[in-house]
Amino acid sequence: MSEFEPVLLANIGKEDSHTLKVYESTGGYQAIRRVLKEMSPNDVIELVKASGLRGRGGAGFPCGMKWSFLPKDHPGPIYMCVNADESEPATFNNRILMELDPHQVLEGIMIGCYATRATTAYIYLRYEYPLALRRLQAAIDELYAAGLLGKNILGSEFSLDIYLHRGAAAYICGEETGLIESLEGKRAWPRIKPPFPAVEGVFRKPTVVNNIETMACVTHIANRGADWFKSIGVPADPNNPRDAGSYGPKLYCVSGHVNRPGCYEAPLGITCRHVIEEFGGGVWKGRKGKAAVPGGISMGLLTEAEFDTPLDFNSLAKVGCLGLGTAAVTVMDETVSMVDYLHNCCRFFAHESCGQCTPCREGTSWALRMMERIKAGKGRLKDLDLLLEIGDTIGIIPGTTICGLADGAAWPMKNAIRKFRDEFEDYIKRTNPNGYMETKPVEALEVVGIH
Amino acid sequence: MTTETNVERVLTDEMVDQIKAYIPRYPSKQAVVLPALHIVNEHLRYVPYQAVAEIAELLDLAPAQVQDTLTFYGFFKQDKPHGRTRVWVCRSISCALRGGEAVLDHLCHKLNIKPGETTPDGRVTIEAAECLGGCEFAPCMLANEELVKNLDADSAAAYVDGLK
Repeated sequence: MSEFEPVLLANIGKEDSHTLKVYESTGGYQAIRRVLKEMSPNDVIELVKASGLRGRGGAGFPCGMKWSFLPKDHPGPIYMCVNADESEPATFNNRILMELDPHQVLEGIMIGCYATRATTAYIYLRYEYPLALRRLQAAIDELYAAGLLGKNILGSEFSLDIYLHRGAAAYICGEETGLIESLEGKRAWPRIKPPFPAVEGVFRKPTVVNNIETMACVTHIANRGADWFKSIGVPADPNNPRDAGSYGPKLYCVSGHVNRPGCYEAPLGITCRHVIEEFGGGVWKGRKGKAAVPGGISMGLLTEAEFDTPLDFNSLAKVGCLGLGTAAVTVMDETVSMVDYLHNCCRFFAHESCGQCTPCREGTSWALRMMERIKAGKGRLKDLDLLLEIGDTIGIIPGTTICGLADGAAWPMKNAIRKFRDEFEDYIKRTNPNGYMETKPVEALEVVGIH
Repeated sequence: MTTETNVERVLTDEMVDQIKAYIPRYPSKQAVVLPALHIVNEHLRYVPYQAVAEIAELLDLAPAQVQDTLTFYGFFKQDKPHGRTRVWVCRSISCALRGGEAVLDHLCHKLNIKPGETTPDGRVTIEAAECLGGCEFAPCMLANEELVKNLDADSAAAYVDGLK
């Protein structure tokens, strides 16, 4: 731990860290020069494969493998879509990279496009990041002016255009095929897969979709090599053939009830408690921690007793969470009601369900209505079983929806009610002493606006 | 609809030029729908149906295709412009834990409007936002292009009072 040297955040804090001048003064754009001169596109794919880099956007798919799924000898065009629709609650690591070190990301995009033979990259940026929009656009303009984007970059055969595409405040656009539909100018309804984007993506052409932090990692792998990257993090579990390891540095966000909320860099596999205590400065106001969200609210919930769980791709499922997600930790102190937490999660997903699949559209909406009722003191014990029934039946994992948004909606329900059932039952009995045993259908309190 | 001579066009030459500048970026004109909606919204603070029809004409689409995309996002208003400043108050988990809901309630109470509504003088629109990604500054709000950080009910109200 002590010898860990931050690379993703190395320039952050320097004056004008977002400019080409400062980026080049620290060795910026040397990696792409070397790649263009010394490596074939296939060499770059093999390098990224060898590094063990897994996507940082939430799903953790091996990046080099994703690139190798593109059809061989395709006449083109091939597109890259960079997913900068960072909308998972409590997640802001990509915003920091784009605002404070956009060139590190752009160099990774250039290397990725060279490897995949993409000649156009679209950065799909969420609406809520106006400073990132200005900084990225300024950085792209600097690159065109310096001859590092456009036709025949640095005198090579490689040509690339990068365009920013601004979203309109919809969480579903972070799902890769929702992003593609939105980019095409349509409603952002995720597509049924296969075909995967690598075969038929944006504008019906082979497409790579990668996250911002993943692209920043590519820059450092090209600079420092696959062995360096693989020396950081947690090796694959030899007893688990499906574990592809958790290699490399990771940006951890910590927010909520801690003394020092922020974004910190560490090797993959540090524990949630480490993030809270060492980075977050501990739980605020001298209070005890009660629970934490491990990687955006979609991933579920850790109890205080589970805070020693490593935040890597393999460990979170062992405590019932969905996965590592975005590695964004939100801490709740001992005063937080799990009813309020779950109500907040249910409201988010009811608002953000795109409405395409009925189990998700109706399930998230009814879960919110039930939580509204419970919160207002009209809950019944039966509602907890109904919420669990929704949680267990919506999503890709039970096989009822097209995309994973519903799994993300299900996990807070399943984790909160199963890990804190006594608290929910006590709340319902205390606030609805005459009706908590009721099982007859009741009217919803209010119809919630959903789009 | 747009071909009727008595209909007043709402897209200015400037807007049309800005929209057309996006067309070479994409192999399909439909991909310009979202940029076009943003361009109109930046100029007019809303996207009335007439603008939808004119965007469709520019991009060789049916107005229904543009309208379909527009309504999906719940972002573009169609009845009347939003306020000179549109304030998005975050109510997702990290902000809620630090008082984000109280900020939203207080602003709505002081301005006597509900989330999504605009003050009668057209000065401010308050919106209930999902996570703005400013969680290290919670609670926070986005006022047009500025992220306003580390709020409480009083400082948020003071900020909104100072808006022109």
